[in-house]
Amino acid sequence: MLTTVSDFSQFIQQAKAVGHSLCIRGLGSKDFYGNPSQGQDLSTLSYRGIIDYEPTELVITARAGTPMREIESALKEKNQMLGFEAPYFSDQATLGGVIAAGLSGPRRPYAGAVRDLLLGIRMIDGHGSDLNFGGRVIKNVAGFDLSRLMAGSMGTLGLVLEASLKTVPLPAFELSLRQICSLKEAIERTNHWAGQALPLSASAWVANQLHIRLSGAESAVHSAALKLGGETIPFIQAQQLWTSLRDHTHSFFNDSRPLWRLSLRSTAGELNIEGEQLIEWGGAQRWVKTHQSASHLRQLASAHGGHATLFKGKAPPDGVFHPLSPALEKIHRQLKKTFDPAFLFNPGRLYPDSNL
Amino acid sequence: MGTMDKPLSTPMDKNKQREVVQALIEFLPKSSVLFELEAVKPYECDALPAYRQLPMVVAIPENEHEVQAILRTCHRLGVIVVARGAGTGLSGGAMPCDQGVLLSLAKMMRIKSIDPHARTATVEPGVRNLAISEAAAVHNLYYAPDPSSQIACSIGGNVAENSGGMHCLKYGLTVHNILKLRAYTQEGELLEIGGEGLDSAGYDLLALMTGSEGLLAVITEVCVKLLPKPQRAQCVLAAFDDVTKAATAVGNIIAAGIIPAGLEMMDQLTTRAVEPFAQAGYPLDAKAILLCESDGAHEEVEDEIKRISAIMHDSGATEVRVSQDEAQRLRFWIGRKSAFPAAGRISADYYCMDGTIPKRALALVLKKIEDLSIEYNLRCMNVFHAGDGNLHPLILYDANEPGELERTEAFGEKILKLCIDVGGTITGEHGVGVEKLDSMCDQFASAELHVFHQIKKAFDPLGRLNPGKAVPSLHRCAEMGRMRVHSGQERFPDIPRF
Repeated sequence: MLTTVSDFSQFIQQAKAVGHSLCIRGLGSKDFYGNPSQGQDLSTLSYRGIIDYEPTELVITARAGTPMREIESALKEKNQMLGFEAPYFSDQATLGGVIAAGLSGPRRPYAGAVRDLLLGIRMIDGHGSDLNFGGRVIKNVAGFDLSRLMAGSMGTLGLVLEASLKTVPLPAFELSLRQICSLKEAIERTNHWAGQALPLSASAWVANQLHIRLSGAESAVHSAALKLGGETIPFIQAQQLWTSLRDHTHSFFNDSRPLWRLSLRSTAGELNIEGEQLIEWGGAQRWVKTHQSASHLRQLASAHGGHATLFKGKAPPDGVFHPLSPALEKIHRQLKKTFDPAFLFNPGRLYPDSNL
Repeated sequence: MGTMDKPLSTPMDKNKQREVVQALIEFLPKSSVLFELEAVKPYECDALPAYRQLPMVVAIPENEHEVQAILRTCHRLGVIVVARGAGTGLSGGAMPCDQGVLLSLAKMMRIKSIDPHARTATVEPGVRNLAISEAAAVHNLYYAPDPSSQIACSIGGNVAENSGGMHCLKYGLTVHNILKLRAYTQEGELLEIGGEGLDSAGYDLLALMTGSEGLLAVITEVCVKLLPKPQRAQCVLAAFDDVTKAATAVGNIIAAGIIPAGLEMMDQLTTRAVEPFAQAGYPLDAKAILLCESDGAHEEVEDEIKRISAIMHDSGATEVRVSQDEAQRLRFWIGRKSAFPAAGRISADYYCMDGTIPKRALALVLKKIEDLSIEYNLRCMNVFHAGDGNLHPLILYDANEPGELERTEAFGEKILKLCIDVGGTITGEHGVGVEKLDSMCDQFASAELHVFHQIKKAFDPLGRLNPGKAVPSLHRCAEMGRMRVHSGQERFPDIPRF
């Protein structure tokens, strides 16, 4: 079993020597995400535990194999949380997987994504080198910001073994509202509200209903709720709603059609797409269930300043993620070569070309 | 060895200079190409005048096409390019190269568009930080990062340095407040990085570009996020008879679940230096004072200010004042904001440091700085972004006194070493530039520095964009006897946890 940093380093050096590619994996909650990849399993599960957590520093450092539940319950005990509301998509997820996938839940537009909270990492690259980037403090501009580069890299740049993340206090009070409105009206309203000093912390439009969450001081939340109007959702029901949106257990996601995620300008109007939509992040994240072609969806997303990802479904030949411009692809290849010259890590997971 | 070694200073190659000028004036107006000594002199340094170098040529493009053409020309002629914004940087990051072109982006200062509904502004790199908020004010929006130089510094430079400011604990740094960049590689190839959504496909190059100190590409356009202006802001001033008590109060505020809009500490030497200047009414007998600001909705601020005041009292504050109106709030802040000029008033010269430490180490670090101050026989004022652990010790010295500058630099390096030893970093927001190259050898191991060099090569294979900055060559670290080799051990095994 691999338990120390040098165990992992040696394992990677051996894989490099014999030319084995590696599939980095925690609890496998996001096996469905990204392009298919093949290689020997490299499990992070034996490298787990919180290394350092001091609530007044607003920083937690933990090992990659640590279950998110463990991290989140340690934070909750001290009245804190990770602001991005990490999706689990199953019973369990690990810190390493959450960083590699770079996905965020409903609070993302208001509290930041994984990349926004990532302060430092310890990783092993394709040479087997033990590398530390960033640190355990909130403000740090020494060296290129390679910690944030790991968020959403799908494990293709190396094995992240430890990470430090910024924490935030749990909101003192939360209240969720429901309003009946059209998709167009929902986009209009959420963007309008976002331009005012209101304690918004989530929004979701689905099946002609707009759900809004407010978080903060009780007095401020009540005053904002009066201003926004709508029916108050009972607390437990609201919690279930936001968790079901975060983890895709909401009935919207129970469907055999391909599921697309469009990330675009929040004010983009109604899109010309067949199939149903669920809109989050004040209009900036749109989930679409549709059989329409990848090229159609990508074109639409590009036209609205964003990109389209096939979240669930059979990958098109150029992969589930939005193809890169030739100029950016060139840089991606160079970065991949820098960290992983033998192309060991998660080949093809980010883009089907395993040298990327 | 390293690709980022500072090129050796050689006598100006007049033929090369003529060749470059000739090539540039083919597409640039003559007034945009400077090479006479008196014309290029103002560009010899940024706001860290201890490091100076005259550039071979200064080119001042007015639009993106000119930037691209200048880069292509320099690429063809094999000439180094150093980009510069407003020149307010504090680490020598925009110091020119003697055989290179200094690319001033100061004339690219158009605000291209503001989208009030989507809450974004698209601007050229030379636009001043404060000008964005001024232009957005009519929509009741503003750009949140507010480095102290915001009246002068430009957004391109802010991205290059990942600038912070007084309010970044709550509102984030530059990296958290931008969406999209247009940038050109040294070869003149356009990179469109990020997007108008909250994320983009592939690796997070937006984060990589932010804080890259002009080593990777030249930024020609930035799309920033705008935030709604808070309805109200109020500030608590608390005085303490002991620095440790003030440090404890900072921890207590955070532990209570409050993220203040600003949380600053000043020591007694600082308050005494700024008071005659700022007339802020600071209690001068206090060993330390804290300024703690709350902003947001009316109800939220009212609630938070009460809680902050109570925590200050409970933490042993000898006096707690709450700003009663906007004028008083600004008066509380003016002293903090004039700390640097005040240092200039009480001392011939001063040297501003910029380390970050875990807050729990604050009392220890301040005590050690006090000891070092005695050891080096130099006064040191301490101003501190207390909420996020970013220290700005200001070492007071007189450059005309033989040996004082050298003692100051040695003192400064000791402070940075101390920051690393307690688990912090050598720069929180000013960048490495040329100033902290040696300290980078202490903070990073050679394998890590090697990766940084490779990252630069991924964007700039020939090493022609701002070479010699931000990352020391391995050779330099070895010469300094500071090569940190890969150890595989815990990084800070001996830090006390308290």
